[in-house]
Amino acid sequence: MSNSIIHWFKFASPASFYPLAGRMIPWFWLLAAAFGLSGLWLSFFVAPTDAVQGDGYRIIFVHVPASWMSMFIYLVMAAWAGLGLVFNTRLSSMMAQALAPTGALMAFLSLWTGSFWGKPMWGTWWIWDARLTSELILLFLYVGFIALQASIDDPRRADKAGAILALVGSVNVPIIYFSVKWWNTLHQGSTVSLTKAPAMAHTMLLGMLLMALCFWMYAIAVALQRVRAIILERESHAEWVRELKEVLA
Amino acid sequence: MLSAHTLGCIRGERRLFAGIDLAVEPGQCLHVRGENGVGKTSLLRILAGLAAPAEGSVAWRGQPVARVVDDYHQNLLFLGHHNALKEDLTALENLMFAAGLDGATLTEDEATGALRRFGLRGREDLPVRCLSAGQKRRVLLARLLTRKAPLWILDEPFAALDTGAVQALADLIAEHLAIGGMTVMTSHQAIPLNNVRSLQL
Amino acid sequence: MKAFAFVVRRDLLLAMRRKSDVLSALFFFVIVSSLFPLGIGAETALLRKIAPGVIWVAALLSTMLGLQRMFAADHADGTLEQMALSPEPLALLVGGKIAAHWLVCGLPLVALAPLIGLQFDLSGAELGILVLALLLGTPVLSLIGSVGAALTLGVRGGGVLLSLLVLPLYIPTLIFGSGAVYAHTAGQDAGAHLSLLGALLVLGLFFAPWATTAAIRIAIE
Repeated sequence: MSNSIIHWFKFASPASFYPLAGRMIPWFWLLAAAFGLSGLWLSFFVAPTDAVQGDGYRIIFVHVPASWMSMFIYLVMAAWAGLGLVFNTRLSSMMAQALAPTGALMAFLSLWTGSFWGKPMWGTWWIWDARLTSELILLFLYVGFIALQASIDDPRRADKAGAILALVGSVNVPIIYFSVKWWNTLHQGSTVSLTKAPAMAHTMLLGMLLMALCFWMYAIAVALQRVRAIILERESHAEWVRELKEVLA
Repeated sequence: MLSAHTLGCIRGERRLFAGIDLAVEPGQCLHVRGENGVGKTSLLRILAGLAAPAEGSVAWRGQPVARVVDDYHQNLLFLGHHNALKEDLTALENLMFAAGLDGATLTEDEATGALRRFGLRGREDLPVRCLSAGQKRRVLLARLLTRKAPLWILDEPFAALDTGAVQALADLIAEHLAIGGMTVMTSHQAIPLNNVRSLQL
Repeated sequence: MKAFAFVVRRDLLLAMRRKSDVLSALFFFVIVSSLFPLGIGAETALLRKIAPGVIWVAALLSTMLGLQRMFAADHADGTLEQMALSPEPLALLVGGKIAAHWLVCGLPLVALAPLIGLQFDLSGAELGILVLALLLGTPVLSLIGSVGAALTLGVRGGGVLLSLLVLPLYIPTLIFGSGAVYAHTAGQDAGAHLSLLGALLVLGLFFAPWATTAAIRIAIE
């Protein structure tokens, strides 16, 4: 038992995590490709054409997993940032910093695909329904986090300030989601909603699940690559960095 | 009473200092010396508890400061580079509010008396904005007197003081040490006091 | 508690000595509200419809302007550091500063809102609900805003960055606040909205001072 504890904390140092991450990255790309290909195949060829929306609905196979991932990544990011704040570990904060742009990308992808779905279905490029509006606000939260960290010069202060913002944000996300749903029903806007997806055939659900797993593996792969770059940047004064192959080259 | 063990400080990517040990007992004055940028202010801020050290710990009466924070703050007065005076309030109001924020009781008479001792008679009710730089520093001397804290941590207290005020501060510190107080300070000038121990960073 | 009172009195005294800062924010509230009829057209029915939303957004923006001043001056002249070194809990002193901010920036908005509401031809009952909603909501704005103000102390791009951080977090307050008036106009019960605002206030009172205090300690390190 004590062996494994020592084992874990060893990887809490950027110096030991760097090569470990490097070895893990190709596997996650492979998994992402595997899930992605099977998911796309399911969504395009196996899932049946919807009676009401025709083939255009298939964009939900990207839209819904992207929404799920944008939410999930925010919580993971806040968790890492919180760990970094409580235990004062640099690597945890670096992981949060690495996850933020990917989370923002997922939110943006969700909004973009949502827009593409809306146009042929209901004739407008944007619908103020509960999901899209919440997604938009989530994108603002991501951008705020990234902007705050970018504006603070001292990396440790940026880590801690970002952590507080991310934690405050995660407490607010359910509140924001609830209030937006409330707002939607109050103002009796459009009666159509992108959340009312066609009744799920078994294959449709499986397709979305596979695409979600694909995005998850992609997010991990990209975050690991990004955190390696962040480690190099922030630890550039350390001995072990100067001795790396890629730095010497 | 105040002690520190293997203190280390990292600012940005530079290591400022490491392995600093110090101890200050009642009646002692510690003068932290060093070149500009060597970390004197950082050390003082770590001792005051405003910043956490990269390594090491600070102890008050033998206990780690983190465990006795309220007691430590009760007994500490820290004066940094900033004057910590509200420019729009009068000197008297500044002293009264500073006492109130510290949860200490201070009568107006005591405050006025302190201000007058340091040459601010007739200026107690002017907004601090209207005082000269030297006069503002004298208000801080009054704060030192009225706060009645055993431990003083002062960053460059003699800066911007004229000779009269320098002597007044030196007398004040000597009085403070005589009744068992402690002082840790930085100063580029020679300190006009006897029995000052040095710590070179 | 005495220290809390001292902080509030001190900040109120400082605000009184710099009245122009405070009054500018209030005039901003009035000016921004007036921009909407100028931009959209003065048709009464339309104005009545957009009034609650417009007044709330103007209130959000005016509060944002005042947030800058919450901690920046104390940070710059070293008094914030002294508060952190006080034997009194910093969270208590911070709470005092937030309360003073609300008294100076939020409460006047509540008082001005009926006048603006009249400009938009809101009925008496609607004005009443609006005032009640603002009374519950403006403290929430000060509380949430204080976290943003503390996080951005001394940081480049201060004001705009602060808006970016804080405005998304203001959205629930905006929705429930203006929703209360809209619900009343639609013949529904505004009570649900007001209760939700009250819930936000309670949540804010519990969490915001701690988050703000943590952010301040990070800023003065």
